[in-house]
Amino acid sequence: MRNALVIAQKEIGALFVSSIAYVVLTGFLLLGGWFFFNLLFRFNALVTLYTGLQNFEAAQALNLNEYVIAPLLHNLTVILMILVPVITMRSFAEEKRSGTYELLLTAPLSVAELVIGKFLACLFFVSVMLLLTAVYPLILVFFGNPELGQIASGYLGLFLLGAAFVAVGLFTSSLTENQIVAAVSCFVVLLLLYVLSWPAETAAAGVGALLKYLSVVDHFNELVKGLISTRDLVYFLSLILLALFLTYRSVESFRWK
Amino acid sequence: MVEVRRVTKFYGDLAAVQDVSFTAEKGETLGFLGPNGAGKTTTMRIITGFMPASAGSVTVEGFDTARAPLEARRRIGYLPENPPLYPEMRVRSYLRFVGRIKGVAKSRVERAVDDVLEMCALSHVASHLIRHLSRGYRQRVGLAQALVHDPPVLILDEPTIGLDPKQIIEIRSLIKKLSANRTVILSTHILPEVSQVCDKVVIINEGRVVVESKLDALTRGASLEEVFLRYIAEEPQAAAAAASQPS
Repeated sequence: MRNALVIAQKEIGALFVSSIAYVVLTGFLLLGGWFFFNLLFRFNALVTLYTGLQNFEAAQALNLNEYVIAPLLHNLTVILMILVPVITMRSFAEEKRSGTYELLLTAPLSVAELVIGKFLACLFFVSVMLLLTAVYPLILVFFGNPELGQIASGYLGLFLLGAAFVAVGLFTSSLTENQIVAAVSCFVVLLLLYVLSWPAETAAAGVGALLKYLSVVDHFNELVKGLISTRDLVYFLSLILLALFLTYRSVESFRWK
Repeated sequence: MVEVRRVTKFYGDLAAVQDVSFTAEKGETLGFLGPNGAGKTTTMRIITGFMPASAGSVTVEGFDTARAPLEARRRIGYLPENPPLYPEMRVRSYLRFVGRIKGVAKSRVERAVDDVLEMCALSHVASHLIRHLSRGYRQRVGLAQALVHDPPVLILDEPTIGLDPKQIIEIRSLIKKLSANRTVILSTHILPEVSQVCDKVVIINEGRVVVESKLDALTRGASLEEVFLRYIAEEPQAAAAAASQPS
């Protein structure tokens, strides 16, 4: 696995010398900040409203976790869905296009090392993105009293979701030498994973439950609520492993042709 | 030492190379000749393990490239037709990266990079971005990349393409120096290059080996141009038959 770390290191370097890293980080924080500001503003307005109306019961019921952090994390997943494909699109497609794939595939590296190295690099980048957004909850901790456990659990959800998105992105990038094709197909798959549960309410009971299980939304929602259950962890880990396995086979199949 | 045994490669129905066999010994520079599209690059990619053969086998220093791919690849330095460079990296960090993935230990990689930088006359551009280098320098970085782990086998696909005459002379003398204790396989269609650098010649045409011979035995009076044109003009099968007759 030493080789995977060497690959990861090179990938991270490549991300940070390109402008992609900075555009993505800036965009992510800008949008995140905008959402946070608006959610907080609305929360404030509600508190003012209810206390003004002397409806203390309703004002008591308002809490930062439910009214600010949970919707913020949900909004961040949508931005991740758009930005993760941009981070992962290069990973294999660019190597193929520029001919450096020939270097990697003739080096004494295993396919697993190559895939894991690329995965770790993108995951590192997504983690940096998420860590930077931690200022928003930190502000709340300073000025209010949100529940820390619930925030941590929500961030665990965001991290797992990001990791799954990255794995999907690596897979689509491994299928093509065109970065745009890689990004667009990744986005389509991620969006599908998101909206898969929409017909769940009206579909036949079995199908509905299955769609609900396959979609990322419910599993993420549980974690945002602060409920860490094996069921959801298993879902995310399976999704990550499945996408990485498909990437592995896709890279390997390059040699079969 | 590299042994290619009855290698065949199909792309769909099209046979890119058929039944190709030859051997390159240690200390020998083998010139791999043929017209464009004859299958030179395909053969080299099979030797380096970039793609598998449809049939046949290749052993590198005794390791079969299909059964012990990592062992075989560790022993090969490969310069593809287009040097596999990352334009956004600096020369030194690029070579350090290649050294590491080719299995040079972390403690020794700095030393290995310094050595190849000096060998390929790149020391003064070590901190330049590869993107800013000229074609000739990029080719030299490509060569340095192939040498960084000090491999016993060197596979060079048209190493002097796009270089100016002075650079060509430098690269040729470097290859000569390197071949003393290595096995070098070099493809080219510059015939004088073969006469100057190689000990042995393999000519390939339409995917088949038409001749495998020591250079001096092959030319014997005639120029290499004449020999080359004679072999590639003939029907491949007839030429193969002629080549296998005792001379």
